[in-house]
Amino acid sequence: MRIILHIWRQKNRHSPGKFVRYEVPDVNPHMSFLEMLDVLNERLIEQGEDPVAFDSDCREGICGMCGFMINGIPHGPLRETTVCQLHMRHFKDGDELWLEPWRAKAFPVIKDLMVDRSALDRIIAAGGYISVRTGSAPEANSILIPKQIADRAFDAAACIGCGACVAACPNASAMLFTGAKITHLGLLPQGQPERYERAIRMVAQMQAEGFGACSNAGECEAACPKGIKIENIARMFRDFAVASATRRPPSLKAEAAAL
Amino acid sequence: MRLDPRVPSGPLEYRWTKCKNELQLVAPANRRKYTLIVVGSGLAGASAAATLGELGYNVRCFCYQDSPRRAHSIAAQGGINAAKNYQNDNDSVWRLFYDTIKGGDFRARESNVYRLAELSMNIIDQCVAQGVPFAREYGGLLANRSFGGALVSRTFYARGQTGQQLLLGAYQALQRQVAAGTVQMFPRTEMLDLIVVDGKARGIVTRDLETGKIDVHLGHAVILATGGYANVFYLSTNAKNSNATAIWRSYKRGALFANPCFTQIHPTCIPATGEYQSKLTLMSESLRNDGRIWVPKNKGDKRPPNEIPEEERDYYLERMYPSYGNLAPRDIASRAAKRVCDEGRGVGPTGYGVYLDFSDAIKRLGRKVIEDRYGNLFEMYERITGENPYEVPMRIYPASHYTMGGLWVDYHLMSTIPGLFVIGEANFSDHGANRLGASALMQGLADGYFIVPYTVPHYLATTKLDPVPEDHPACREAVENVRSMIKRLLSINGRRTVDSFHRQLGQIVWEYCGMSRNAQGLKKALELIPALREEFWENVRVPGSDEEVNQSLEKAGRVADFLELAELMCLDALAREESCGAHFREEYQTPDGEALRDDERFCHVAAWEYQGPDRPPVRHQEELVFEFVTPTVRSYK
Repeated sequence: MRIILHIWRQKNRHSPGKFVRYEVPDVNPHMSFLEMLDVLNERLIEQGEDPVAFDSDCREGICGMCGFMINGIPHGPLRETTVCQLHMRHFKDGDELWLEPWRAKAFPVIKDLMVDRSALDRIIAAGGYISVRTGSAPEANSILIPKQIADRAFDAAACIGCGACVAACPNASAMLFTGAKITHLGLLPQGQPERYERAIRMVAQMQAEGFGACSNAGECEAACPKGIKIENIARMFRDFAVASATRRPPSLKAEAAAL
Repeated sequence: MRLDPRVPSGPLEYRWTKCKNELQLVAPANRRKYTLIVVGSGLAGASAAATLGELGYNVRCFCYQDSPRRAHSIAAQGGINAAKNYQNDNDSVWRLFYDTIKGGDFRARESNVYRLAELSMNIIDQCVAQGVPFAREYGGLLANRSFGGALVSRTFYARGQTGQQLLLGAYQALQRQVAAGTVQMFPRTEMLDLIVVDGKARGIVTRDLETGKIDVHLGHAVILATGGYANVFYLSTNAKNSNATAIWRSYKRGALFANPCFTQIHPTCIPATGEYQSKLTLMSESLRNDGRIWVPKNKGDKRPPNEIPEEERDYYLERMYPSYGNLAPRDIASRAAKRVCDEGRGVGPTGYGVYLDFSDAIKRLGRKVIEDRYGNLFEMYERITGENPYEVPMRIYPASHYTMGGLWVDYHLMSTIPGLFVIGEANFSDHGANRLGASALMQGLADGYFIVPYTVPHYLATTKLDPVPEDHPACREAVENVRSMIKRLLSINGRRTVDSFHRQLGQIVWEYCGMSRNAQGLKKALELIPALREEFWENVRVPGSDEEVNQSLEKAGRVADFLELAELMCLDALAREESCGAHFREEYQTPDGEALRDDERFCHVAAWEYQGPDRPPVRHQEELVFEFVTPTVRSYK
């Protein structure tokens, strides 16, 4: 099948970008979307042109490195599927597709379809962990966790940090990402001691990075390749509200006041 | 060269304790004066960097991905072993040790493997405390499943995403140290050379993958945690960008490379469909708990699977290995699949595939149970193939997956270059000639959380390390070496893309140094590989410049290294005139086609020493001594 692509080409962080039209005339329906771009890039190199830069690594939908917009939808049209796992059998001969990078103030474009998502790492660094020194853990089965709780924690922990939720949100909010980590750790008994400080710190960092607020559009849940639910955001708000009212550490007062 | 593995003496159970008691310490106030360089941020790298940072050392951690959370440990599906004996099936440290050393076909060090089994329990404790959401029973206790090569249930898992959850645990511990200021993270940065001063590893040369800037990072020790080299096969289950550059360039700086021919082919991957295929996807081995593997009894039977009656199916693993059946170890299951396909009984459009059938399990347990156990794997399969495995049997075929070989390390996990430590898949240490399922995660975390945090300080406390200035001749030489290679790659401007060379190399290695090998084929590969390498350096086309994002340039450097490493793999496979574990030499097999070890001549680790570009490498041997177990013929019948 023949696919027409309009791809966002941008040389680096500082240059303006534009869409450039390409045609891939012989797409095999069993190819993944990224394999189609590999084929395009091989041709561009052979013709002496600059290949399209895009991030990808595991190519099995778990590392979270890949991702761009296809016709305005993060990771393309197939639900709960990263673009590396999206196969061309879901498109038709002659389809015309617009590919562009995640658009968000907190995700500067590096080149073409590659963006800088280090803001997400900084949100985790602000509190997305349980402080347990190596070697100081108790015997594993001394912590009993009901299966339902463990399963719900897992559902939230399945986030791959790809940034699709941010790209889908009209406000470029990272609340699904942040809420998923707050939920994962906050549901578990091990996560209780730091539960409220964690919410304060992570929310403060998220705002400092320039991500927007939530206006309940629900686009994040629809775009998430791992099916992370919007209820995680509600849980984040709840922990944040409780923390703000009761347990705000004094050193963070100034930060929280600025929110 | 005499290889000293520094293995402690005495009873096996006390060796690690004895070693720890003798290790020197660094005073807390002095720790921040030491800079440690950790390359790689997977399970081994992230756990080592986080733990060393926590102890107070000044750590710099590097990864080529945009975030440390992307390292390929994340893709491990099935689980992690630990000798907890929670199922009361008479598991023990000894039994995990024995299964691992037997699974490795008696080609690993007893002391290392025993330590690994011992530490397995601490790992589970650590990960649970970090909040890793392992599978639970209704009573709230941790759940276990069984895995290939074992008769007990000792594998802990988090649905089919165990590697992801363990890595996120280690990553979060790492980010906590980043926030604390003890670890400085360098993402999108690739190590391109090792700096050796006065015979000791003192730093690395890196390239910033966004700006192309070449930098020198100096420190007191270097810890490589850069994973394996399965991408030498081009098609493998590794991440697209996984590479051997850090270990290969360290080899060229004097670190010995051990058992390069020990590469594991995983039996359950989704078969390739065409030339554009960029990687192969693994289907967790845990599927073999409930799936039955079969092919038609008759050659060329092209009927759809549901039209082939029971009596015309050959459940060949159950037939050949009645006691382990579908849970036979990976190397054995892979070769059996190759054999039935070579006989013309393979299924699917290419004939290179076998069925993995869940219909009996669904009948016995109900769809819901199967969904709970493997739901996400089934979805993944359907996404890739467009077929629904609840209704049609999966098609699977072996693919290159893991490399047991790697840089040689002693009991302290230090290579032959003092100050260069190698952990996780990047070293050769614990899996012998074949790794059992759910053992890689265990090894990565044992090395990173519990071993190097003790052995690296000992090295620092017992070694005189003078300050090294950035303009030291060794730094300048290493930088020059990196720059000239980049310049050369960009200036060839030939006609073929990097990927086309990589694909061709992969075909050669798969054909002649893959699931089964013979002298004639290996000799042929040893002619084809240098010829391809020569063509690469004359005819490769790398567009763009070195001062920007240039993914072709990144790939070119990695493929240049694979083109050399592939040759060493073949040399090693040729020199090892026996079959053991994943290394199957057709000349050495029993009448019924099983691997035939030669303990008289090959009960050793082969460690190769680089001699420069124009001279063949030298093969050294570390004899393996079995004081506690007797190497037997590995039988899973």
